[in-house]
Amino acid sequence: MTELLIEAGRTERQYWMDLWRYRELFYFLAWRDMLVRYKQTFVGVGWSLIRPLLTMAVLTVVFGKLGKMPSGGVPYPLLVFCGMLPWQFFSTAMAESGNSLVMNSNLISKVYFPRLAITFSSVSVSFVDFLISAVFLVPLMVWYRYVPPATVFFLPVFVMLVFGASLGVGLWVSALMVEYRDFRFIVPFMVQFGLYLSPVGFQSSVVPQRFRLFYALNPMVGIIDGFRWSLLGGESQIYWPGVAIAVLDVIILFISGIWYFRKTEQTFADVI
Amino acid sequence: MNEAESSSNPTGDPDAAITIDNLGKRYTIGHRRANGDGLRHALESAVRSPLRWVRSARQRKQQDTEFWALRNVSFQIRQGEVVGIIGRNGAGKSTLLRILSRITCPTEGRVRICGRIASLLEVGTGFHQELTGRENIFLNGAILGMTRAEIIRKFDEIVAFSEIEEFIDTPVKRYSSGMYVRLAFAVAAHLEPEILIVDEVLAVGDATFQKKCLGKMGTFAQSGKTVLFVSHNMEAVRSLCQRGVWLKNGRLQQDGDANDVIDAYFDSLSTDLSSSCANPDYGLAIQKVTLKNQRGEETGQFCPGDDLVVEVAYNAQRRIERPLLALGVLGVNGTCFTSNMLLDGQRPESLEGTGKITCTFRSIPLLPQSYTVKLMLRAATINDIIITYREVAYFNVAGDLADYGYKGEFVTWASRSAPVVVPYEWRLPDGTVVDVALKRLAP
Repeated sequence: MTELLIEAGRTERQYWMDLWRYRELFYFLAWRDMLVRYKQTFVGVGWSLIRPLLTMAVLTVVFGKLGKMPSGGVPYPLLVFCGMLPWQFFSTAMAESGNSLVMNSNLISKVYFPRLAITFSSVSVSFVDFLISAVFLVPLMVWYRYVPPATVFFLPVFVMLVFGASLGVGLWVSALMVEYRDFRFIVPFMVQFGLYLSPVGFQSSVVPQRFRLFYALNPMVGIIDGFRWSLLGGESQIYWPGVAIAVLDVIILFISGIWYFRKTEQTFADVI
Repeated sequence: MNEAESSSNPTGDPDAAITIDNLGKRYTIGHRRANGDGLRHALESAVRSPLRWVRSARQRKQQDTEFWALRNVSFQIRQGEVVGIIGRNGAGKSTLLRILSRITCPTEGRVRICGRIASLLEVGTGFHQELTGRENIFLNGAILGMTRAEIIRKFDEIVAFSEIEEFIDTPVKRYSSGMYVRLAFAVAAHLEPEILIVDEVLAVGDATFQKKCLGKMGTFAQSGKTVLFVSHNMEAVRSLCQRGVWLKNGRLQQDGDANDVIDAYFDSLSTDLSSSCANPDYGLAIQKVTLKNQRGEETGQFCPGDDLVVEVAYNAQRRIERPLLALGVLGVNGTCFTSNMLLDGQRPESLEGTGKITCTFRSIPLLPQSYTVKLMLRAATINDIIITYREVAYFNVAGDLADYGYKGEFVTWASRSAPVVVPYEWRLPDGTVVDVALKRLAP
């Protein structure tokens, strides 16, 4: 017989066990969000391709053609697309998971389950979108006759890094949103500014050398650099101290995100 | 868990399914928590110097109204007991259930629960409008704590119980509300917990559905499971529960045999009156307000079309000349109807000593919902109010609207509709004429 102890002022010891017990709920929530995402849309899952493609086209024209930014010998659309991929994942994850708890307030105020499952599943849905978009990289590379270098095997490391960053930020934003709806306005700003503050439409090497360390404080700088390095090669493009900072950033974001989420989780049902 | 086992079970009863020990929950009704300025305040206090922050933390304690929704509540529920939790709105019933089902955390005290627990705080929680019936069964099952394998195993049974086989692959947004509730309840009914928590599920849906719910809960209780049942429907509590726990203002008022506790609860509604529903300046007290039906039975449960008899027992130590009494019956949306001596002029010549004023509302045309009776008494000079308009009694109207000739597909919406039904007649383009009234059809 299972025994459960509910006590004031102490986080339940069973929490992480519960998270494991409720893993199927996590799966079902992610499945629900994916099913619902493109219901009653005409293009359906095609939106996962159209969005990054259109953004790629616009950024290529603005930064490549009009801004005449250097591309380091790589076709500019390819350069942009490799930056687009992690950025789009990060930004959708931030936007979607930010709203996730508030959108599920009826669940939170009516049934118990580890609330982490909601945020986690909403980040996972963005991850699936990311994977679908990534498939388009293949025809794009074929079109430009570009063979990815051997460094492509390091790609999973950077995918994990961007997943960690998305989850960390997602945890922060979703938990903050429960109490401070201000984040409903802040998040779109962050997404909008982030696109230009991160090296999505250009290479991070255009940033003057003395500012580079400071610039790398944005974890997406190291992550996008890493994506380009592993997919397109070019030893000179990558700025290793930046990658190291990104790793550190992600670890801090992730751990502090879980800490804050767990800290506020107990009162979600009272304040939501 | 060793520490827990040694200390959390004071009486050491090995049969205890739920042990509640000195449980308390405090809510802060902060003025500062008004919508929109949460972040501003948080930033402000963070920017200010630490010294001020400490001071403001102390001020905050004073500014915010602290409110204990539950305090010093301790009791134990043995395995296989069916316990009804009763009390007025805001007595802490829902807070207790929310703590037991782990939706919210207690501020003090502890609870030990032995056995798998499931709570039906609302049927259909987590249904998604865009998903089909099939998809929602899986989603809702998972939310209520079933595993995938379990849902697959019970899937056919759930569908059969809900009687919506043909529509199982239709999005639930296209369901009628009856179908929706049936499906939702079917999922919930196939949970197999050892402890079941039910809160006001019976408040939704029509009488047929309520019967089905009660039946399911009855079989559940008979199979030796523990049930915690919260309801305003005292008749349902009486018939289902052996034991009653009465919460009042967040504290445990009485715990014992269900019938005794309910009787005491009804009595208190009137004793509460005599202490507060009085005006010493006039030497007058309303001692008791009793609700009876047309058979003269004292009850809180009526059917549409029943007579509602309101008996107001008073004690006037001094003579009060030509007072004016007004009674009002209120639904959730406001006053439904009143009897008012200010308007009809049928006032008593005087009140002196103890006595009764009775008002019978004939065949109340009310839909199944819950209602409040309010009372006001004015002196002959109508500007002097002896007793201000206040709540004196509560009652429910329940019944199967099908017995009244109602056959609408959305008849369950009656629980949210405007409550008063004046008899009416439809004259349709094809010449059909239909009379509708809340009058029970001959069986």
